[in-house]
Amino acid sequence: MKNTIRVHQFHGGIHPPENKKQSTGAPISLAPIPSRIVLPLQQHIGLPADPVVRVGQRVLKGQLVAEAIGRISANIHASISGTVVAIEPHPVPHMSGMKADCLIIESDGKDEWIEHQGLADYTKLPTQALIEYIRQSGIAGMGGAGFPTDVKLHLGDDHIVNTLIINAAECEPYITADDMLMRERADEIMGGIEIIAHLLKPLHIMVGIEDNKPQAIRALHAAMDNSALNLDIVITPTKYPSGGEKQLIKLLTGVEVPSGSIPADVGIVCQNVGTTSAIYRAVTHGEPLISRIITVTGQAAAHKQNYEVRLGTPLADLLNHSAVERQQLQRLIIGGPMMGITVTDEQIPVIKTTNCLIAGSIKEMPPQPPAQACIRCGMCEQVCPAELLPQQLYWFAKGKEFDKARHHNLFDCIECGACSYVCPSNIPLVQYYRFAKAEIRKEDDEQRKADHARQRFEARLARLERDKIEKEERRKQRAIDAAAAQAAKKDAALNQAPTASVSAAPEAGTPDLKQLKSNAAIARTKLKKAEKALNNAQDKGLDGIDTLKETLKQLQLKSAQAEKAYSDAQNAPAKAAAPVLDLKQLKSNAAIARTKLKKAEKQLANATASGEGDISALTAQVSLLQDKNIAAEKAYKAAESGPSNAAAAPIDTTELEADIAALQAKVDKATSAWQAAVASASPAADKMAAGVEKLTTKLKGLQDELSQARAALPASSATVDTTELEADIAALQGKVDKANSAWQAAVASASPAADKMAAGVEKLTTKLKGLQDELSQARAALPASSTTVDTTELEADIAALQGKVDKANGAWQAAVASASPAADKMAAGVEKLTTKLKGLQDELTQAKSRSEAAMPAAAPATAAPDLKALKQQVSIMRTKLKKAEKQLTELPEGADNAALMAEIDSLKARHDAAKALWDAAEADKIAAAAAQGVDLKQLKIDAAMARAAVTKAERALSKAEDDQPALEAELVTIRAQADKLNATLERFSD
Amino acid sequence: MALIRITSPHAHRPGNTGSVMLTVLMATLPGLAAMTFFFGWGTLIQVLWGSLLAIALEALSVKLRRRPVSFYLTDYSALVTAVLLGLALPPFAPWWVMAVGISVAIIIAKQLYGGMGSNPFNPAMVAYALLLVSFPIQMTSWTAPFVMLGDGWSVLSLGETLSAIFATPSTAVDAHTMATPLDIMRHRGGFTTEEMWVNDALLANGIGAWHAVSAAYFMGGVFLLYKKIFTWHAPVAMLTSLTVLSTLFFLLMPDQYPDPFFHLTTGATMLGAFFIATDPVTSATSNKGKLWFGIGIGILVFVIRTWGNYPDAVAFAVLLMNLCAPFIDQYTQPRSYGHAKPNRGMK
Ligand code: SF4
Ligand code: SF4
Repeated sequence: MKNTIRVHQFHGGIHPPENKKQSTGAPISLAPIPSRIVLPLQQHIGLPADPVVRVGQRVLKGQLVAEAIGRISANIHASISGTVVAIEPHPVPHMSGMKADCLIIESDGKDEWIEHQGLADYTKLPTQALIEYIRQSGIAGMGGAGFPTDVKLHLGDDHIVNTLIINAAECEPYITADDMLMRERADEIMGGIEIIAHLLKPLHIMVGIEDNKPQAIRALHAAMDNSALNLDIVITPTKYPSGGEKQLIKLLTGVEVPSGSIPADVGIVCQNVGTTSAIYRAVTHGEPLISRIITVTGQAAAHKQNYEVRLGTPLADLLNHSAVERQQLQRLIIGGPMMGITVTDEQIPVIKTTNCLIAGSIKEMPPQPPAQACIRCGMCEQVCPAELLPQQLYWFAKGKEFDKARHHNLFDCIECGACSYVCPSNIPLVQYYRFAKAEIRKEDDEQRKADHARQRFEARLARLERDKIEKEERRKQRAIDAAAAQAAKKDAALNQAPTASVSAAPEAGTPDLKQLKSNAAIARTKLKKAEKALNNAQDKGLDGIDTLKETLKQLQLKSAQAEKAYSDAQNAPAKAAAPVLDLKQLKSNAAIARTKLKKAEKQLANATASGEGDISALTAQVSLLQDKNIAAEKAYKAAESGPSNAAAAPIDTTELEADIAALQAKVDKATSAWQAAVASASPAADKMAAGVEKLTTKLKGLQDELSQARAALPASSATVDTTELEADIAALQGKVDKANSAWQAAVASASPAADKMAAGVEKLTTKLKGLQDELSQARAALPASSTTVDTTELEADIAALQGKVDKANGAWQAAVASASPAADKMAAGVEKLTTKLKGLQDELTQAKSRSEAAMPAAAPATAAPDLKALKQQVSIMRTKLKKAEKQLTELPEGADNAALMAEIDSLKARHDAAKALWDAAEADKIAAAAAQGVDLKQLKIDAAMARAAVTKAERALSKAEDDQPALEAELVTIRAQADKLNATLERFSD
Repeated sequence: MALIRITSPHAHRPGNTGSVMLTVLMATLPGLAAMTFFFGWGTLIQVLWGSLLAIALEALSVKLRRRPVSFYLTDYSALVTAVLLGLALPPFAPWWVMAVGISVAIIIAKQLYGGMGSNPFNPAMVAYALLLVSFPIQMTSWTAPFVMLGDGWSVLSLGETLSAIFATPSTAVDAHTMATPLDIMRHRGGFTTEEMWVNDALLANGIGAWHAVSAAYFMGGVFLLYKKIFTWHAPVAMLTSLTVLSTLFFLLMPDQYPDPFFHLTTGATMLGAFFIATDPVTSATSNKGKLWFGIGIGILVFVIRTWGNYPDAVAFAVLLMNLCAPFIDQYTQPRSYGHAKPNRGMK
């Protein structure tokens, strides 16, 4: 028989002994039906199939037992009828001898088919439907690769397929499965080719077959004569590996498939003869792929022949059926001798790609002698079908020079084994290539991950940069607006205060009076102090007398105003309705706040004791919590003393809140553990991060629940909502900041954990945002009266944030000054903080305008919380300042501390400003109180005590620069002071 | 029998490195025979003496490196080195010349670099070049071929040869030594090549011996090609470039330059082309690389022979190209399947 088509050449190739004759003596016979089959869920390239049967379920032969997932995957069908006994890991055909999930079916001996029938006329079916039909039957390339066939049949969609190549080369020694299939079932193969041709509509069909299969060639020719198909049977010289897809394409068409492409890219699709036959049986008989032809051969096998074997049959069954002499059996190979894999477990099943089983004796396959040194003889190079330099690849793989190996096209190696076959030094070359490929893939994988993280980070920076510009614009605008609003508000407050207090809404009355009283007292104290200072200055002839005088004048004015306001208020009807507050709620609030405070204090103590962790951050947190605690307790007491006709909240929410608090504590603990782990670069950090996340999710869920429960509550309890939310937000904010700074530290030290931390920070920020949203929603739903509280909190937040922004800014500038690589990242951090700050300021403006618009009469009521906010601000400032100063002392000798100094200066300035503001406000109050003629003496004493505490704290502060214990002392002092002020306030409420 | 787990391939062509080297040794036999025939027992003794030394030294160094001795000895690469050096040395070179040469070849040029397969320079050529530089007298005193003597087959009897090599050089040997044709051509004073061919007895009568020896090497080389021990690239490229260059100069100035045939058939040209330039370890890797490698040797042989100071140039030419081989490798990767162009350079 002659070719009508020119056969091209591929480089290299070898002529190993064929050993095919042994197994072609007998026709294909049916292997016995196994009593038990093992069906691996992955017998193909792609995703493993998903079981659709249960253990214990009876299945029929041909029934779908596992379903393809995704595009590249294949269905799996039962090949016998029986019962599913297990779905579990079982040894599968794999180089490593690994186990994988398998469906195990016990036969019932009936071998009962599921109902099936083929398509009467597949040409009537739309292409898509026909391909889907083939997909349903679970066919995957049967030549050895196991690529799902339907995917290849889809190639006509986006490729122009000119040439369909049917691979009948079967170049590997020993294997005769395709040969025998062609000899005996050439018509089926032709029928299958017709179906594929119908789907792909190629211009040209070629069957490539080696010249060592004359009978198969004759059979194919005969079948072709009965078929309408116009195809060329191309006979190629016998040479391994002419059956390699790329090599066969080169042989038949002269075209080389470009490296990294698939044949379809050059208009060629290849199918194996076994696959065509399977397609034929599926389409015309409706039989899914449940069996295949397998050659059983090798010297240890008494009967060397081809069998039609049910998929899932354990190899042991086949070996027994072929009377394999176990004494002789030394190497059990699935596949051919050149590319097959050895297995050591006879229970491994036959799968869709199993084409041969070689029971090799030791004589037939003697152990490889030890490898000698490569003599660079180049024999490997002469036989390499991929035209590589195997000897160079070997050197590079051995020396782990993977870049060079890749540059020498390692990845074009098809692992055919020809080079190993000829190597006189017996070097297991292919093994080295597999190793190098695996290593490179691993490296690539890591590289990809790193790149991904970097891209994400860069995208974030770009986004922040954009935001920054926008926000900057807005901020400028807002600053102008705010200045105008502030001026307007002051005027309004001054004008309206007296009238407002007279006609104040009942619920605002009580606190008003107290506030006014203390206002007045404070104003008077201030005035006294100023007078004293002035006298002192005049005595000593100090500078700034003019300023002092001016201040004094203002204070006098303010004092007068405050006292007047107070007396006005006192004269007004003092009947005040207690705020409609949920007592229980308040109590639990107070409890939670206390718990938190305790915990924070304990943390601080621990941190101080062990000298680890961010003590200043903890300190700040403690002071924040203290304030909150006081506020909560105060709110509770106030509510309790008031008429307790408050609507009791359903117990639900209380419980939920308790849960949340507990969970929150857990989250905090986990987070800090995680941060510690990250800081110490512990490998457990990842796991902990996951844990934290899980807890956080749970927390979020509870919080959601809570907010739902609250939404169902009467509006009265909504006020509490916001407090809780605010507390949450504050806590979260603290966490975000901490995480942020940890992250920046990590970035600065180029720690590998930085990426992960960045993600964490982002997540926290998102959560924070969510809470803030929630808060603003809750507020929107609140009666206008409670918005007063809102603004205070907001202002405190803003002040805290402002401090953070400044600090970050300072750090950033320092980084820029010292040309640190972390500068960019810090800029981003500053940016984010600024953005947040803007957001809060916006919110504040809105809240203020809302409250003013809603109840101008309640304006004086806002004065008290204002004072609180200011106080808070001052304390925050002080903490900040201390922190900065501590940082300064901790800075190593000779380090660039200019930036820190600048920061401290600015903080000091801000602290002073805040304090001045506070003082002024206090003075206002004293004045107001005085105007009411309340117990001024008592107030004066209280104020003086508080002042003394403050002064003491300040002194401690000035010393704290080099003295850690002083900081603690300071903390205690502040606490004492806070308590005292609290007491004062309580006395007021008496 | 317990099943074993081994990665593919599970088939291997019979043979190993030792069988490759044995084939090479076999291919040197015609050359060895011709040398012995024309120049007496000396070459055979040198080869045997060298082999003995080589095996001993190889065994010693492998032992010192704590490797299995018999495993390494049976690759026969030391023998190949010894035989090649024995063929290249003057037949009556004193025993210690060979001893120095083999020590250098086996210990320094081969084992110190990590043994077979890791040596960048051809060990036999390193030894030869070193000997030539160190002992120019001994290395350039060649025996007159018997064809010129007219008194029977050999200059000296086996016993005389042995004592000449291992005892003191006898006057008998002195009487029969002379320069090689290449030497004569180089140091011909003001004579033209034509005059030399007429006047010099060696060139006039004895040149046939060198032709015959070259033909024997050529035969051995063809045998190895047939056995696919190496590819045609390096020898053909070397002989072609040498021929082209010498033809060019001969045609331009026939008085000054010997004809190309003279270049191809004297000295170590054929030995070098088929047994040295084809040394797989030290040559370039790819087929294309081997072409360049061979061309380089051919050019250098001509240049050194014509304008250099040494009688023969194969050793130096090969060593110089050994030096270039890694560089050549970088620029001569083959075009792999599915690639439009070969990759170049190193990453
Ligand atoms: S066949 Fe073996 S010894 Fe020869 S060059 Fe290739 S790897 Fe080296
Ligand atoms: S295994 Fe790779 S390097 Fe070796 S011959 Fe095959 S394709 Fe070439």
